This record gives sequence, structure tokens and C-alpha cells, in this order.
Amino acid sequence: MISGNIHSIETCGTVDGPGVRFVVFMQGCPMRCLYCHNPDSWSTAENKKMSVGDILKQYDAVKEFVKGGLTVTGGEPLLQTEFVTELFKQAKEMGIHTALDTSGITFMPENTEKTDELFKYTDLVLLDIKHIDENEHIKLTGHSNRNILKFAKYLSKNNIPMWIRHVVVPEITNNEKHLRHLGEFIKTLNGVQALDVLPYHDMARGKYKELGIEYPLGDTPPLTKEEALKARDIILSAMK
Amino acid sequence: MTKTDSLVGMDSEKKQTKTNNYCTRPEFNKKHAETIVSKTDPVQRKLYAETEFVSGKWNNEINVRDFIQRNYTPYDGNSDFLAAPTEATTKLWQKCTDLFKKERENGGVLDMDTKIISTVTSHKAGYIDKDLEQIVGLQTDEPLKRSLQPFGGIRMAEGACGSYGYEVDPTVKRIFKNYRKTHNQGVFDAYTPEMRKARHAAILTGLPDAYGRGRIIGDYRRIALYGIDRLIEDKMEQHASLDGEMTAEKIQLKEEIAEQIRALKQMLELGKIYGLDISKPARNAKEAVQWLYFGYLAAVKEQNGAAMSIGRTSTFLDIFIERDLKEGVITESEAQELIDHFIMKLRLVKFARTPEYNSLFSGDPTWVTESIGGMGVDGRHMVTKNSFRYLHTLENLGTAPEPNMTVLWSTRLPHNFKQYAAHISITTSSIQYENDDLMRVTHGDDYAIACCVSSMRVGKEMQFFGARANLAKCLLYAINGGVDERLKEQVGPKYRPITSEYLDFDEVMERYDDMMEWLAGLYVNTLNIIHYMHDKYCYERSQMALHDRDVKRYFATGIAGLSVVADSLSAIKYAKVKTIRDENGIVTDYKVEGDYPKYGNNDDRVDELAVNLVKTFMAKIRKHHTYRNSIPTMSILTITSNVVYGKKTGNTPDGRKEGVPLAPGANPMHGRDSHGAVASLASVSKLPFSDAQDGISNTFSIIPNALGKDEVFMGDLAVNLDCGCGVNIGDCGC
Repeated sequence: MISGNIHSIETCGTVDGPGVRFVVFMQGCPMRCLYCHNPDSWSTAENKKMSVGDILKQYDAVKEFVKGGLTVTGGEPLLQTEFVTELFKQAKEMGIHTALDTSGITFMPENTEKTDELFKYTDLVLLDIKHIDENEHIKLTGHSNRNILKFAKYLSKNNIPMWIRHVVVPEITNNEKHLRHLGEFIKTLNGVQALDVLPYHDMARGKYKELGIEYPLGDTPPLTKEEALKARDIILSAMK
Repeated sequence: MTKTDSLVGMDSEKKQTKTNNYCTRPEFNKKHAETIVSKTDPVQRKLYAETEFVSGKWNNEINVRDFIQRNYTPYDGNSDFLAAPTEATTKLWQKCTDLFKKERENGGVLDMDTKIISTVTSHKAGYIDKDLEQIVGLQTDEPLKRSLQPFGGIRMAEGACGSYGYEVDPTVKRIFKNYRKTHNQGVFDAYTPEMRKARHAAILTGLPDAYGRGRIIGDYRRIALYGIDRLIEDKMEQHASLDGEMTAEKIQLKEEIAEQIRALKQMLELGKIYGLDISKPARNAKEAVQWLYFGYLAAVKEQNGAAMSIGRTSTFLDIFIERDLKEGVITESEAQELIDHFIMKLRLVKFARTPEYNSLFSGDPTWVTESIGGMGVDGRHMVTKNSFRYLHTLENLGTAPEPNMTVLWSTRLPHNFKQYAAHISITTSSIQYENDDLMRVTHGDDYAIACCVSSMRVGKEMQFFGARANLAKCLLYAINGGVDERLKEQVGPKYRPITSEYLDFDEVMERYDDMMEWLAGLYVNTLNIIHYMHDKYCYERSQMALHDRDVKRYFATGIAGLSVVADSLSAIKYAKVKTIRDENGIVTDYKVEGDYPKYGNNDDRVDELAVNLVKTFMAKIRKHHTYRNSIPTMSILTITSNVVYGKKTGNTPDGRKEGVPLAPGANPMHGRDSHGAVASLASVSKLPFSDAQDGISNTFSIIPNALGKDEVFMGDLAVNLDCGCGVNIGDCGC
């Protein structure tokens, strides 16, 4: 039986998809986003092995309360595509709403066989576009955004419902030009159902300290709600 | 501006026409002139209320519930109708705020009465600002001046005064030390050495043996509905009904009813002190609120109880307000003003207490709990406009812990009310929620909460509050053969201690069962003494005057340390726990080797240990005779005192260190629930209500951002995202 490398489980997820959700955090991520608030999920070393059955059993025990459904996030869930596919497949058999929260970084436009299979069982993708500008994206995450944008197009072409998530960080993404470009890009996509602007916060400082990693964003202040609202409106206006 | 202007105008109008003491609105007086006249005519002395409301059983017997059910108007609408505070409200509340500030600056109390023993009629009228107050009455003659209540115990009263630099008047001291015995003295006259020891070691703790037990809710609504005269008549009949064989029980009840009648007469006097006649039923909303409040005021003037809850008044009062609104004798703004002023009075309720008492309860709580909403047994919800008005006081007056607004939650409450309550929770963090769907089965639809979770039918049921037994300490006694781990004294029975290096689950369980057997017996018998003496020396006559003759009495016990014990037993069962002993062989510390399932993660292996603990201890409590044949119940509800209990509990086998707070109520131990809120709550929800009928509490705090998205999120781009609840996203609260 295929098993997944799990970081942790949250039974009262209210911010990763619609409704109150059962959220599975997968262990391991190739990205190193400067603002990452889950650095403890980077390592691909084995953390906690769980089978699809283990997870769905836990889900079943709280199903009365997690009427939103199941979200798989991470880490980067697409590092364990086969496991997630199996999980979603069985979840769909149980009538559970499935959402995949991903950066799309592992997407291979030339070989979509496994991805095609996964999206048969995925009701919603929460696509986290880190930065619309390629060079800035590399600075922010250590990777190009080329395949990520292709992934968005792929979802769009296959009519897979998605939410676009975007973390707005002072001086990095809180930039009118970039935000407008992002909006213009989103405009070209089908199936975008929501825009989830996430104001940068620095609550992960403690985690970095615990892990002995220097906090990459130094003294960058959290984004205020007013700034987040403004950023949201810039993106929205470019989408019109 | 227009709104304020018109209110100011109305105020001056009131002043000019202030000729009548029950309503200052001229058009109202005109409208009800007939009623006023008929009051004096014996032939027409029909209850005012009877002529106006749908009649029923309540006309022929004291039955507030019947009145409510026949007359209330369920409200499904939203909060748009609510009115802002009037100028008078704002001014009055500002004065209160200034007084609270002065009180804090003064070291915690503003003033204390050291001479006048507080009774229903002991003080002359007191006001915040007489001209502005719609609802009147204070505990003493000045706001925030704390009253002197020595009947629970003169030492406690002296201590309370002493700690703030006041001294009880020598004459009062002399009387209470030489001539008038108190509850506290009575209890200690009867305590056994074992009880004293258990109390000293804090395996039994927080016992109401030196302070008022509280937790009794008078049906204050009865005064508004029936007037004092009718209630006295009823009590006279009850008194007369007790004849024949004079058993001790019957004599006690007969004497108590005589005391109740005395209390009712004093309430009448209390009204007169404020220039009001409460002998007859309230004739309008303002009187209804005022009459009801006088009943409550009498209670807090006589009793410094650990919890002095107000009951379930909002929907009852709504009936009077609705009628006045319909007849056009009151505006929404005036209705809100009545409620604002009433709530303001409840916020001013204070007692003289010692710093030790305050540290046990983490502050100076009065537990003026008001129960709001819930469902009727006929399927109609019991939310009215007044339910909204009560919650709205948190906006009009600002946030406050008292009165303790408690929403009796049902999945079937109207959506608009749920939304408003959620909104008020988010903005004020001041609402408590309780499961009506669970409690209604036992208590019907006219129960209320006393203190934080104790449910009882208003006017029909009461409880003997019994603090709690520390089950974590009991486990340590089981391991050490009854020797207290901190005092190193034999407190429990000298059973065989556990001598092995590693704890064996079956052996520990066997010893624990024996030790719980002992503890349950000692606990119940200690409480039997306490409640006997409380009835004898500090009887709650005002509150019991607003009860039926034959009340159902609950004998409330409680437990502390549930999650520590569950985790300890789990550690012993699923990991290895090594004992560490002192030079006398007493286990003083434990070393846990390996991991074990922890309560609070929806893991049946440990959750079942917690469930069995509740069942087992309750079964042991039930084996014993309880005072006045009361029905034993149990609570798992330490909300604040868990901190003090933790200080008095040594190292435990789950790895918790001496002095670390126990988790509050039925909460998992801090930081051990690692699967999120739903799993944590799911563990708690397995505990059987039938064995913890006095309530199970789970203290839960969450940062607002973790509750979901706010307006930064744009969820309506395309979209109809069905999250499974049948309501569109953004609206469902899912």
C-alpha cells in the first residue's frame, strides 16, 4: 500500500478552501520562499508515514464538523502526486470535496499523465502564484515561474476550478506594476473562482529560530489590512 | 443629530410631566388611566397582565413558563432594528466607567460598608444619577460601595475588609462572635478530622464552607408577572399546606417558607425605598424590568454567593416590550434604554471578598449569567428582539465580562441571530455558548444557567454547589497509599502503596479505584455538612421565595484534573512510566519513557480512559446519601481555579511538573492537542453528559484570523462554491 510522508493534520482548517476543512500538510518542498511560514515542512526526510486509509479514518471521525471537505497542502503535495491521487480518489468515493493547495512547481508541461489522473479527482485547486515576474520569482523562491504559469494555463484549459492565492509582501510583491501584471495574467484564465490575497505576516519567526535558520526577511513588517485591500483592488481592476 | 435632538426633547418633556412613579410618558399614563384607577377597586382587581395577554394556566397558578409560551413573539429578522445608546445611557455609563477607574486606582475597592449588615432593606436608596436612571436600585446607598455580609462567615467578612484597609465595626464583630453563629462556624463544628485534612491538602478544594454557595437562581420574573402580593398569598398557602406529622424535614421547610414570606415583604419595602409599589404585576415594560431587577437586587443584598445568576429573562421581558411597542407607548430607543440601564445595574454588582478568594477565581467574578435564546419544546425557537437587545448592550456599553451573556445554542436557532451572535463574539469576545440541544432534553425550555455551566429549571430546580475533588491528586494518593505528595502526610486511608519501579497499568487502576471510592464518600459527606449548615445559618430566603414549594435539588459535585489523569493513565498504559522516590519511598516524580496517546486528539485509546473516569467517579458519588435527598450531579468545569489546583498538585505520571496548572475544565493539557480544534473538541464531546450533568466546559481561544477569511478575500468572482452546508461561501459561517 502506498503511504504518504505527512507533516501534520489540522482538523479545523478555515483558511485553506471553502468551509471548515480537514487539512493534510504533506512533508517536503523544493521551494524556498523567503516568506515561507512552514520551514519545518521543507525537508523530504521521512516525518510521519500515513496510509490513505489512516487519513480517511481520521477524517471520518470528525466528518460532522469538517463539512467543507479535504484539503491537501504542504510542503508541496505534488512531490507525492501518486499518494495524493489515491487519497483524492478514495475521498471522492466517499463524497468528500477535495482541494489541492499547490505552487505548481513540479508541473511538467511535456508529461502530464500523472497530473491528468490527479485532476480527475480534484474539485478545486488553490494555486499559489508567488510572483508574476520571472526574475523576481527566482529571487523569492529559488525557481523560475515558467512552469507554474504553464500549470495555470493547463488548469484553465482543462476547466479545473481554481482559487488564485498571492502573498503580498512589502517591497517584494506589494508593487503596483507586478500586481497589475498578475491581474492581467489571471484575466486570461478560465475557472478562477476566487482571489485570495494573503497579507504577509511574520508569525513564523519562532519556527525559524527553533530550526536554527536565519529569518530571511529580517525586519520586513507584516502587511497591514489596508495595504492588503489595496493590493486586492489593484489585481481586481487589472482583471476587468 | 436629529435622533439625539428628539431624545433630548423627550427627556425634558419627561421632567415636566414627572408626576407618576411608574411611567413618565404622558400618553402612556392617559392610555392606562383606567388601570391605575381600577387598582384600588377590589371588584376590578383583576391582574393588569391578565387583561392584556393570552391567558392560560399561568393565571391560576405561578407558572411563568406558561405565560412565556403563550405570549412571546419569535423573531427571525436581523439586527437592523437595534437602537444606539441614548444620551442618558452614554452619560450614565461614563459615570460608571469613571467609578470603575477610581475603584482600580483605589486598589480594587471603592468603598466598603463596615457597619450596616446588608439585608434587603438595610440601605437607603442609592443612585448613579437619579435623573438619568430608568431602572433604579443599588446594593448599598452608593454605587460600588461593597456591602457587609457576615452570615457566611464573620472571618471572611473581616478578611475581606482587612485586606483593603477597612475594619468591621466592633459591635458587628461582637454580635457575630458571641451571639449569632455563622455558616462557617457551623461547618467547622461538624467537620471530622479527615475532612479537615483533605481540605488542608487540597484534594477537596474550593469548598463553599466559608463563603456563600451561590448557584441558586430566583425566578425574578415572577415579581413582574404576579406582583409581590400574589406571591405572598401563594407562599401562605404553601405554608398552610404543611401540616400533620411534623418530621424534621417538614419543620425545616415550614420555617423556610416563613422566612421566604418575610423576604417577600422586605422586597415590597425595598420597592418603597425607591418610591415604587411592586405589590401588583408590572403594567408596562419599564415596570417589568424594574420589578424583576428588585427581586435580583434583594438576592444580592442578602447573599454574597459564588455565582449569583439572573436566569432567563430576555424573552420574558420581550413580551412586555412588544406590547408597549405595539401600543406606541414606547420607542425602540426607549426599549433599548431600559435594557441598557438594567444591564448596567448588573455590571455594578460587587461583593466584598478576600484576595485569596479572588485568586481562586482569577478575579472578582459575580457570575451574573443570563441565558439567551434556545429552542422551545414545541419546536419554535425562543429568540426574540430582546435577545438581540441584550447582546447589543455589549456594543452600546462596550464589552464586559458581566453579566455573563450565555447563548443557549441550537443548530435550529434562526440564521440572523446566529450571525449577530457570531458578530458580537468576534467584536467583543464576551459571549458564552452552551448546547441547548443537549440540555433541553433534561430541563425543558425554561431552564437557565447558574454560574458558567450549571443548568436548572428556573424557579423549580436549585443546586447545592459543591466545588470539586482533585482527581489528579487522588491518583497520586493511589500510588503513594494515601500519603500526600507535597505535605508528606497520611491524608487518605493507609492503603498499600505501589512499590514497583515501573508503574503497571492494572495495578494502578485497581488502587486508583479504591482511592476514588474513599474520596467520593468523603467528598459527599463533607458537602452534606456544608449544605446543612448553609441552610441553617445562611439560608437564601429571597431566592427561594421565588421558587416553588417542592424544588428539585441537585447535589453538585465536580472534578478537577481530568486530562492530567487521562494522560497519566495513557502514559502508564502505552509508554513506560518510571517512579522516582524520595528517601522515605514516597513517589515524588515520574519519568515517562516513550510516547503515548494524549487526550485532545480524538484518539479513542486515551479518550476512553477519560470517559471511564467520569463514569466511574460519578457512580461512586451516587452510592452515598445526599442532603435533602438531592440528586447528585457532577461538573468538569474549572475555568480559572485550575491554576490554583495545579499549584497544590505534585508531579504527575504524564510528565507534568508540580505547580504547573491543570487544564481548565475538560480541556486537554496545554499544547498536547496537536490535531487542531475539531479533534480537540471531538475528544471533549465524548464525555457523557448524563454523568456530568452539571456541565462540561472547554475553554477555547482562537485568533480571529484563524476563523476564516475577511473582506480581503474575494470569493464571488465566478462563483457558487458549495461547501456542503447548502449556503454560498461567505455567508455560511462554515
